[in-house]
Amino acid sequence: MVTLEHYLILSGFMFVTGVVGVLTRRNAIVVFMSIELMLNSANLTFVAYSSFLGNVIGQLFVFFVMAVAAAEAAVGLAILIAIYRNKATLNIDEINILKW
Amino acid sequence: MSLETILFYFFASICAVTSVLVVVRREPVFSALFLVLNFASLAGIYVTLYAQFIAVVQVIVYAGAIMVLFLFVIMLLRPEKEKSIFSGNPTLQKLSIGVGVLVFFQLIYIIIAGTISSGKSVAAEQRIRTGEVEFIGRELITNYLLPFESIAFLLLAATIGALVISKKKFE
Repeated sequence: MVTLEHYLILSGFMFVTGVVGVLTRRNAIVVFMSIELMLNSANLTFVAYSSFLGNVIGQLFVFFVMAVAAAEAAVGLAILIAIYRNKATLNIDEINILKW
Repeated sequence: MSLETILFYFFASICAVTSVLVVVRREPVFSALFLVLNFASLAGIYVTLYAQFIAVVQVIVYAGAIMVLFLFVIMLLRPEKEKSIFSGNPTLQKLSIGVGVLVFFQLIYIIIAGTISSGKSVAAEQRIRTGEVEFIGRELITNYLLPFESIAFLLLAATIGALVISKKKFE
């Protein structure tokens, strides 16, 4: 019998992996992929609660989150291309113009 | 052991292992391919939750569209191999991993100690009905029409923004 807790623990594990990826990796594209991982773990929590409570709103929110993630990926990757054109690097330690 | 349990553990183990591999692998292309596998197994988990529509959208949008975009950008830019996976300040890296482990156990504690008893879950017929396309579509077109239309507008704005930002001459 698979309970709600199983899904929540899996979701928590994926989220923590995404957090560690964002904090440790230096490649901007991999940092982006870790963010996608975190978005997906939030989606899993939404769907698990929606299914176990019999409420459709959680799945609607997952639909909206997916649309926002698609928009975010398109704009973010365009920004990365623009940065690479100007600085020829994707190492986030070297992209520090905005650093105070 | 029911089929549902077996499928859950099968997809959940793939999901957990590939999410670790995304973070650990040195080559960004391998990270992206493992992320595709992660999204596909997540779609399988959605099916075990009776969310058919979300599972199909996950495969089409995430594993299909978004990851193709990622792979295109990786192959376009060909980022150099990172000198080591955990380059930079080593104490900072260890600290962040420690924080991650701490947050994970905190989450597990909250989940297990919390009062979300799973015995309260609704009947199976209602759970199956919740994930149907007909049910979701009706809700989307009636009660959630304004968010639905704003999402369309947001996607248009993002498309135009991506085109403008990645233009060659940026003035």
